[in-house]
Amino acid sequence: MRGRPHTQPGFIAALLHRLSGLALAVFVPFHFLALATVLNGADALDSFLSLAATPLVRLSETGLVAALALHMALGLRVLAIEFLGVREQTITAVSACIGVAVAFGVSFLLNAG
Amino acid sequence: MTALLFVVQRASAVVLALAVVVHLATIVYAVRGGLTAGEILERTQGNVAYLAFYGVFVVAVAVHAPIGLRNVLREWLGWKGRACDGALVLFAFVLFALGLRAVTALYLA
Amino acid sequence: MLHVEVWRSADRGRFQPFAVPRRPNQTVLDVVTEIQRDHDPTLSYRFACRVGMCGSCAMVVNGRPRWTCRTRVVDAVTTDGKLRLEPLRNLTVVKDLAVDMVAFFDKWMRARGFFEPGAAIPEDFAVVRPESEERRAADEGIECIGCGICYSACDVVAWDEAYLGPAALNRAWTLVNDIRDGAQGERLDAVAGDSGCHACHTHMSCTTYCPKAIAPTYSIAGLKRAVVRRAVRRSR
Repeated sequence: MRGRPHTQPGFIAALLHRLSGLALAVFVPFHFLALATVLNGADALDSFLSLAATPLVRLSETGLVAALALHMALGLRVLAIEFLGVREQTITAVSACIGVAVAFGVSFLLNAG
Repeated sequence: MTALLFVVQRASAVVLALAVVVHLATIVYAVRGGLTAGEILERTQGNVAYLAFYGVFVVAVAVHAPIGLRNVLREWLGWKGRACDGALVLFAFVLFALGLRAVTALYLA
Repeated sequence: MLHVEVWRSADRGRFQPFAVPRRPNQTVLDVVTEIQRDHDPTLSYRFACRVGMCGSCAMVVNGRPRWTCRTRVVDAVTTDGKLRLEPLRNLTVVKDLAVDMVAFFDKWMRARGFFEPGAAIPEDFAVVRPESEERRAADEGIECIGCGICYSACDVVAWDEAYLGPAALNRAWTLVNDIRDGAQGERLDAVAGDSGCHACHTHMSCTTYCPKAIAPTYSIAGLKRAVVRRAVRRSR
């Protein structure tokens, strides 16, 4: 792209916010469908949950938890700028948001085993 | 987006900020030592507070996600106009319907 | 020796290489001028004041939109002595490094970035206290000289041709804070909407590159709040 400015922290923030949002938008309908298997009895839900015990699924779940935390944290940043008139050191703010996401992801992974 | 969509998007964002913090904390706590259907149902069955909380959560998601998607479709794929908006309204209904179905299923199970 | 690549717009466009000697206190404007005078007189570019007041010399230097008269070569050049000069992004190229600013100023008008006195003739001079919230908000954005750097830097402008852009919206914000203005409702209508202030996603490239240290991002945030306040009031 002609003259594209070097990637700024604000752009990274917006990109991560958008990509995590897309991932969640795709995931959530399936999440609802999975939970609703309980309509066929608690065992139906149980067998679905045991499927989720594989390392690959655990890793994906960790990613989704991190994506949710990231989308929320970056969203709070946007709300602060737009409605609380916050002026920030963008790099610091964005790093903090990513830190929150990693923290949630790691605590999920450690707790899920 | 229009001013109205913007207000709805930001308002649902505030609701979701609270709901997501609770949801994330619950997930991280509940998943310790594995998660079974029984453990989930223990918390959700006949629990009106659960029903109310997640009911509101579902409504907020059902408006927040499509409006956000609208921006992405406009800016990255150049999709605009009534057909696009129609598809997004449909998506909102799908989220709403599937979400309420899941929430009530766990309440009534 | 500086290895300079300059965008030439003839045919499909290409980068033309030049070798320009390094000189003390050299600015990028010095380099472009030397190229045009001593190497290739067919090169087209803009400048006027050459002292950082007019904004005419704005172009993209090694990927960053800046004023060439206020960009010293030592600050912009790569470690291997390369300079790449391109016209501003998001605007039609007239020739080489000169772009057509008409679209930029059209959006200024579309955002109602101009003062409107209103129908009622005021009885006396308006009293605008310098320390008032509105005056201070206007002061933060009033120094814009319309150079187009923020517009060039903005990704949303690149993604959505109709997006009003940081400069026009920033100007609208200064007018929203002008207590004498009589067209506040129409102005907020003009800046709201699908390609208005709500399309800003706080990338903050405009704020990063503005040579006047204006922060259009925060002006646009102010517009968002003003539009919401008005929408809430009208719905009552």
